[in-house]
Amino acid sequence: MKNLSTTPVVHAIHPAEKPGILVKPGAEPVLKATNVTKWFGENHVLRGASITVWPGETVCILGRSGSGKSTFLRSLNFLEDPTDGTVEIDGVIVGADPFHKEGSERQDRIREVRMRAGMVFQEFNLFPHLSVIENCVEAPIHVKGIPRKEAEAIAEKYLAKVGLLEKRDEYPSRLSGGQRQRVAIARALTMQPKVLLFDEPTSALDPTLVGEVLKVMADLAHEGRTMIVVTHEMDFAHEAADRVYYMDQGEFAEVGPPEQVIDAPKDPRTKEFLSRFRTLGAKK
Amino acid sequence: MRFRLGWAALLGLLAAFVFLSLNVEIDFIARATPFIVEGIWITLAVSSASIVLATLLAAIGALGRLSSNAVVNALASFYVSFFRGTPLILQLLVWYLALPQVGIILDPIFCAIGALGMNYGAYMTEIFRAGIQAVPLGQREAAAALGMSGSTAFRRIIAPQAFRIIVPAIGNDFVAMLKDSALASTVALHEIVWRARNIGQKEFKTLQTFIIAAMIYWTLTIVFTAVQNRIESRLAAGDRNKAVKG
Repeated sequence: MKNLSTTPVVHAIHPAEKPGILVKPGAEPVLKATNVTKWFGENHVLRGASITVWPGETVCILGRSGSGKSTFLRSLNFLEDPTDGTVEIDGVIVGADPFHKEGSERQDRIREVRMRAGMVFQEFNLFPHLSVIENCVEAPIHVKGIPRKEAEAIAEKYLAKVGLLEKRDEYPSRLSGGQRQRVAIARALTMQPKVLLFDEPTSALDPTLVGEVLKVMADLAHEGRTMIVVTHEMDFAHEAADRVYYMDQGEFAEVGPPEQVIDAPKDPRTKEFLSRFRTLGAKK
Repeated sequence: MRFRLGWAALLGLLAAFVFLSLNVEIDFIARATPFIVEGIWITLAVSSASIVLATLLAAIGALGRLSSNAVVNALASFYVSFFRGTPLILQLLVWYLALPQVGIILDPIFCAIGALGMNYGAYMTEIFRAGIQAVPLGQREAAAALGMSGSTAFRRIIAPQAFRIIVPAIGNDFVAMLKDSALASTVALHEIVWRARNIGQKEFKTLQTFIIAAMIYWTLTIVFTAVQNRIESRLAAGDRNKAVKG
């Protein structure tokens, strides 16, 4: 089972072959990352990781701290520029360009990728000088060129979805951590992305506030949003994920439905990682 | 209360020193004061024009200092190093006395504005750069992740946040500039100090005229510091009020 990432057959399972997921026949993957590699100096952080995500799927990436899962997620929208590999989102293809040989045309494609991939950060990163509604409509207006009225209508729809419409004119500094993260999710949704990327969205939250964010995420997963979630929340992964990727030392060690990867892991590294969670869970 | 009493007592002592131990000549002071006060307009004009020039240069300089282009970066850091590394009065004299040697003859007021603006611009470049860098990396990443180009992110996300950090510093520098503009008296600009010296020396009463000049600067400083505090608290209150509205 070692190095699944370089065996395209394994992670290109068409979800239609699995129970519980509805994919229209002939559907194309929303996101396909191939052989994503990252060197930080001497550090080989990503060793050719690949992932394919189909429309409507929720994929969770698990792994211990430092395994490279956040770097992998950030490589999907080029917040980290990978050393090697290719990312394709909704038909837009961007390859690694470690020696900066490609010019502004590649930057334009990266922006196209980013517009199609909404990102939710661990630290929320709301814009503190803008109100909640302004946070949401800023990019739709100034990046996509959507008229303000229309952008506000879209934003209000998503603020209502995350349960914060009544906070539309508040400033982020007056919101709780959980509320801020829900606004961040609404902000990402207002761009109407093809896929949502979550980078440990509950890790910076007070334990009492984790639930409200996970609930919003689970709702999105159940209504058929395409999502990739880097998380330590096993229960969420178990409940909401269609597939789970386990990352170890910069490569995917195991891929499969949560019942397989979480409940009955085959790879010894996955087993060891999960056994720690179990002992912790048992103590609770 | 004690604080205010202390201030009042010290002011009284100063006044007593001026009026008693000196040969106070009310009619001279009455004659000299309007002449010196008239210099306020030149002081304010020079300071205002210089702070505008300095702000523009600082904005360009800060972008240069943060540029990944080596040539632009070198230009900006050279500017900062040179103008911070030489005395302001020397720079002023270059504008007034040395430039005519190469055929550039400028009115004293432009010499003063050029010298003060370029010198303060160099100091403010570093303040602006620090202000821009103080905006957390996560803000740039969030803007980038939403598909914003570098310039859109700077205009819409980074600059407005940096501005709030920078505004108090611009205010401080304006107050400092009010006083440094006195150096322009050396290039025969008829501002407050030049007038105080001129009218005082004629009648050998510079102590009186310099005290008048000092009072004028002091008053200006107190007024503009108060204005600056108002602006700052208005900026902060603006955020709070808007926040409450929702």
